[in-house]
Amino acid sequence: MSASAIADGLRRVGGGTRRAISRLGFAARFALAVLLHSPEGLKRIRLTLREIYFSGVLSLVIILVSGLFVGMVLALQGYDVLQRYGASESLGILVSLSLVRELGPVVAGLLFASRAGSAITAEIGLMKATEQLSAMEMMAVDPLARVVAPRFWGGVISMPLLAALFSTLGVYGAYLVGVKLIGIDAGAFWGNMQSVVDFRADIVNGIIKSAVFGVIVSLIAVFEGYDAAPTAEGVSRATTRTVVASSLSILAADFVLTVFMFRGVGVV
Amino acid sequence: MSPTPPARSTASFDRRRTTAVELDGVTFGYDRTRQILTGISMTIPRGQVVAIMGGSGCGKTTILRLIGGQLRPRAGRIMVAGQSVPDLDRDGLFALRREVGMLFQFGALFTDLSVFENVAFPLREHTDLSEDMIRDLVLMKLNGVGLRGAAPLATGALSGGMARRVALARAIALDPMLVMYDEPFAGLDPISLGIVGQLIRKLNDALGITSVVVTHDVYESLKIVDYLYFVSDGRIVAQGTPDAVRASRDPFVRQFVDGQADGPVPFHVAAAPLDTAFALDVR
Amino acid sequence: MNRSTIDLWVGIFVALGLGAILFLSLKVGNLVTTGAREGYHVDATFDNIGGLKLRAPVKAAGVVVGRVEGIRLDPKTYEAVVSLAIEPQYRFTQDTIASILTSGLLGEVYVGLDAGGDAKMIADGGRIAKTQSAVVLEKLIGQFLFDKAQAGGGK
Repeated sequence: MSASAIADGLRRVGGGTRRAISRLGFAARFALAVLLHSPEGLKRIRLTLREIYFSGVLSLVIILVSGLFVGMVLALQGYDVLQRYGASESLGILVSLSLVRELGPVVAGLLFASRAGSAITAEIGLMKATEQLSAMEMMAVDPLARVVAPRFWGGVISMPLLAALFSTLGVYGAYLVGVKLIGIDAGAFWGNMQSVVDFRADIVNGIIKSAVFGVIVSLIAVFEGYDAAPTAEGVSRATTRTVVASSLSILAADFVLTVFMFRGVGVV
Repeated sequence: MSPTPPARSTASFDRRRTTAVELDGVTFGYDRTRQILTGISMTIPRGQVVAIMGGSGCGKTTILRLIGGQLRPRAGRIMVAGQSVPDLDRDGLFALRREVGMLFQFGALFTDLSVFENVAFPLREHTDLSEDMIRDLVLMKLNGVGLRGAAPLATGALSGGMARRVALARAIALDPMLVMYDEPFAGLDPISLGIVGQLIRKLNDALGITSVVVTHDVYESLKIVDYLYFVSDGRIVAQGTPDAVRASRDPFVRQFVDGQADGPVPFHVAAAPLDTAFALDVR
Repeated sequence: MNRSTIDLWVGIFVALGLGAILFLSLKVGNLVTTGAREGYHVDATFDNIGGLKLRAPVKAAGVVVGRVEGIRLDPKTYEAVVSLAIEPQYRFTQDTIASILTSGLLGEVYVGLDAGGDAKMIADGGRIAKTQSAVVLEKLIGQFLFDKAQAGGGK
């Protein structure tokens, strides 16, 4: 490789890094601005309700169906392994802890990012491309308060509810497979589960996780939409970025949160 | 006319001033490298319809954004009804935008609202009027543009010309003193062209407002405006009344008005000489 | 989509979501059993706690009456000090024996309490005097082999 090619490559990496960092800075300022404009946005409670509908209610089908199937598969695979050690009665514990602590918040978060997050990005991006945001500005209406903040809070409010519904359907799916199909004792299934799953340590932590993921996904979604290039290609790239960035951030945040939350449980 | 509550700011927009808009030596560029506008000076008297003409991408829309306070100039003065726009604070900008209506290219209607709600939007945001009053006002404005029957429709059901007219109704909803039009004639069929042109003129005279029209449609503009400015490469290269323009011998004006392919604005974009491009001098 | 329909669906959605959280808390978790009834704390010292972990159950007659709240090593006596949180409605006598047991052969390790006949009860912050350490498998096998060797050698 010639020296100039290497220098060129380095220059591009440097430039790309610098651009990425300044974009991150812009994103941080944007996030702050959204939070500052939220009180105005929340006064228009109708708008926020509408966004809860579009982010939450319209995601119900995919969340419920996925939760059910994940729970059923978890029960099948879990039973296969547990029964080798005569521990099939612990199936309820395995399924419920997996769902409540991890799978509920994370998988629901990933599904939410792809379904609702990309929709939010596309919507805001298109509004930018067709000058609707400019028109609002010229009519002295702040787009951050009227368009961005309601979508952000709609996502933040919907996420924990969706994650809880995912876990619930998962447990039910596991019950269907474990108790009804395989024949594990129902009392053992529920009883063991109840004695191990702790409200504060497991369920509350799971809810906290899903709330954090909700903030992450909603923030990324509204930012990418607002920052999209006002062309068809720009909007399409922005939606891709939303899904990819949200997914990676959820998984990274999950790791960090898990280390802090589940530190004392039998590991450390 | 409809009652609009007074602007809540120290900036006061005097509608009775003889000069509605004044630009003096305005210079603007997005960054150090590209200068979009240089030394733009124009005076727009109250009650007139003024056109700003030029080729695509010469900075016409930027002038509108500067007047509306969306952009700040690098140098020069921008006065609207006696107030300096770049010096306005947040409340001042708020008051300014209530006095200025803007019709965006292709309408920029809010796609999630119906026609009625689109026109009602500025009224809901800036006034405390009752639902009945808002309903009456919206229907009046829509009637003014001939679309009262389209009030319950969704924006997706409108043709291009109808969408443009609804956006016009929305722009005048608060009875502003100044209305700006960004390419109002772009992409319209002949009938809609005629309608939009007539509406611009009639509303201007009926409501006693001032209109600034950015366009490159010479034919329609000459029919309705009182004065024209020609912008090329970020500078004003010619100006005059419609008669003066029609009779003008300025090469740029002639090329623009007659639609000549070549003239002060060259046909060929800057490129390498023919010989080197086609390797004709290879022996 | 008119307003009342959206309101209805959002209401249903939020109700379902909160219901799911409630279900998880009550049916899956132990919200009913844990509550404002914070138990009282009692310490017990052991030579060896074996595989006892934090939050392991404390049982009496097989019934869960509390949890292990803390495990630490006494730096002076080199013994394990285990803090137990016991539900307030269960009081134990001063001569209760605390043992470290395993449920089944490979099950979880828990603390078993055997009440005695003493008239006085242990108070909050008190100490269980009589304890029985965990059975460590290696020591058990070692003891068995030793006894075997003893018996064989004695013949």
